[in-house]
Amino acid sequence: MLMLEKRPQPSRIWTWATPPLAVLVTMIAGGALFAALGKDPVEAIATIFWKPLFGEFAFYYRPQLLIKAAPLILIATGLSLGFRAGVWNIGAEGQYILGALTGAGVGLALYPLDSAVVFPLMVIAGALGGWAWAMVPALLKVRFGTNEILVSLMLVYVAEQLLAAMALGPMRNPDGHGFPGSRNLRDYPSAHNAEIIEGTGMHWGVAAAVIAVTAAYVLLSRHILGFQIRLAGQAPRAARFSGVRPGRLVVVCLGTSGALAGLAGLFEVAGPAGQVSIDFNVGYGFTAIIVAFLGRLHPVGIALAGLLMALTYIGGEMAQSTLGLPAAAIQLFQGMLLFFLLAVDLLTNYRIRFRKKEAA
Amino acid sequence: MKLTQLLTSAALALGLATTAVAQDKTKVGFIYVGPIGDGGWTYEHDKGRLAIEEQFGDAVETVYQESVPEGADAERAITQMALQGADLIFTTSFGFMEATLAVAKKFPDVKFEHATGYKTLPNVSTYSARFYEGRAVQGLIAGRMTQSNIIGYIASYPIPEVIRGINSAYLHARKVNPDVEFKIIWAYTWFDPAKEADAAQALIEQGADVILQHTDSTAPQAAAEKAGNVITFGQASDMAEYKPLPRVSSIIDNWAPYYIDRTQAVIDGTWESQQVWHGIGKGMVKIGEITDAVPADVKAEALALKEAIASGEYHPFTGPINRQDGSAWLAEGEIADDGTLLGMDFYVEGISGQIPN
Repeated sequence: MLMLEKRPQPSRIWTWATPPLAVLVTMIAGGALFAALGKDPVEAIATIFWKPLFGEFAFYYRPQLLIKAAPLILIATGLSLGFRAGVWNIGAEGQYILGALTGAGVGLALYPLDSAVVFPLMVIAGALGGWAWAMVPALLKVRFGTNEILVSLMLVYVAEQLLAAMALGPMRNPDGHGFPGSRNLRDYPSAHNAEIIEGTGMHWGVAAAVIAVTAAYVLLSRHILGFQIRLAGQAPRAARFSGVRPGRLVVVCLGTSGALAGLAGLFEVAGPAGQVSIDFNVGYGFTAIIVAFLGRLHPVGIALAGLLMALTYIGGEMAQSTLGLPAAAIQLFQGMLLFFLLAVDLLTNYRIRFRKKEAA
Repeated sequence: MKLTQLLTSAALALGLATTAVAQDKTKVGFIYVGPIGDGGWTYEHDKGRLAIEEQFGDAVETVYQESVPEGADAERAITQMALQGADLIFTTSFGFMEATLAVAKKFPDVKFEHATGYKTLPNVSTYSARFYEGRAVQGLIAGRMTQSNIIGYIASYPIPEVIRGINSAYLHARKVNPDVEFKIIWAYTWFDPAKEADAAQALIEQGADVILQHTDSTAPQAAAEKAGNVITFGQASDMAEYKPLPRVSSIIDNWAPYYIDRTQAVIDGTWESQQVWHGIGKGMVKIGEITDAVPADVKAEALALKEAIASGEYHPFTGPINRQDGSAWLAEGEIADDGTLLGMDFYVEGISGQIPN
């Protein structure tokens, strides 16, 4: 019979082999799901994973992939630092909103000033906005020992209300006939997060994501802070003995992830989204949590996972409109990915043994 | 401008390709904000899509994408449809306005129809229905039926369309029942059954025995049914499964004739950009069956109001009407102009509370 035997050490091979395996299993189970819905499973899977990259309209979808992946990677990279240290920031969605609000707020306040400083100021304001929102759970945890998971999550709902209030009130477009939503920042060149090279999808948010991934990699592998983060997560007692100050770590981890989420929000509102609107946030802050774990909390892994997640979104949309798959089936498919990842993770920590039943 | 050029040339190439095939098939795309099974707003738009299929048969192919978020993702969804050769694309929510315009600029040969917006281009039309006409009939029934004199209103977003609906319903409820009071909850969503049910529950607890909704799910109907002694109206769709109680009537959006017209115009090559705002008279807004839970005299009164509006004899916004702050808006006998109605951002006198901003 099958037996599970705990490994003395998590398997290094399986740590890296499980994500691709999870993707593979998802494709099979997803294919079965699509077949049950009366669609050709091979075509559906190909539409999701192949067509956006190599299909007829790949010239449009490849840039879109970067646009969709950039905020996910930016946020997930920040979250992964905290997750490694055992600091659970679940409220990146709120920090993302705040970054968009403060960043766009600066841009809208300076409208119609035509100057090269507008966009850099917005970037700084966006990072600060996200950072400040993350400081609330950080300081409450350090000072009063509150649970950062709950506080950061609850602040998402506060941020959503604030977003609605801003879109309807102070930031509303004065030329918008009373409709909610701010001016479109894409029509304001000084504030527009335009593509760095036209047609590539490479806007400043993509550049920021690349920088964040590189910086996180260097930090974790070369810097003493990175060592402390890893140590605090793996052996909290040992960390304390070696001089890690847990309070400082909480502030640094939440602050960094908040600032990165804020940046992601700013780049999104000044570029692809264009305006502060009531429905500005679409869940990047939550999806980034999946991306962080799918990427094994490793910067390079996160970059790959972010791209993969973006692919399932874009391919999923394509499957909807070309094959008539319902939206719910696509969401189910994305959910399966996390489900199977967690399931096959068993292999990292356990060995499967075939054993004959022993006589009683 | 490289991308734009690339997209345009792709669109041109496709345009050529589709003209080659156009003899047999016109492709019509739909972008929906909710799931097609929402039982309300999106469900009715999808009925319009199915009506196109039925009308034109093999001459037309339709595609749709549901639950598209309003914002950056919408632009990709619309572009995708244009790339795949759609000749006519209906974007069926206010929040798709900027995205529709952005895509329309890149695909000058594709025709776009944006619901409930106000910006047009040579290849972008807007269309909407005068739902406030239906709200007037609804307000009359609500004012007559309420025992507690408290009418609950689940509003979605504070945009002119929704505010217009509240004002129209309130004016006509007050006309038949001067003691009536409106309690309004802003749900900040078009479709979220859990939130809508919570809002309905909160209103019922505050003493409302009539619930009007400007959100798309049937959750408020279910909440009212559970509470008992509360009446509701179907929104966007008939919501007939809640007949005869709590649902006593409904406002039905009837898009099919318009969708068929516009598709025909594209096939004939006569499509032109326009702004359409039709009401009960043209059949874009319909009043669903008034059930026997409503006394016969009230029903007759409601139908008479509906007829008067349909024939153009009566306009729901006819003076004297004051603004909430008491200042005069319409003088005796004066009729509101469409410009003011389209940008309506104030309550009429008598409604308490503030429009959120």
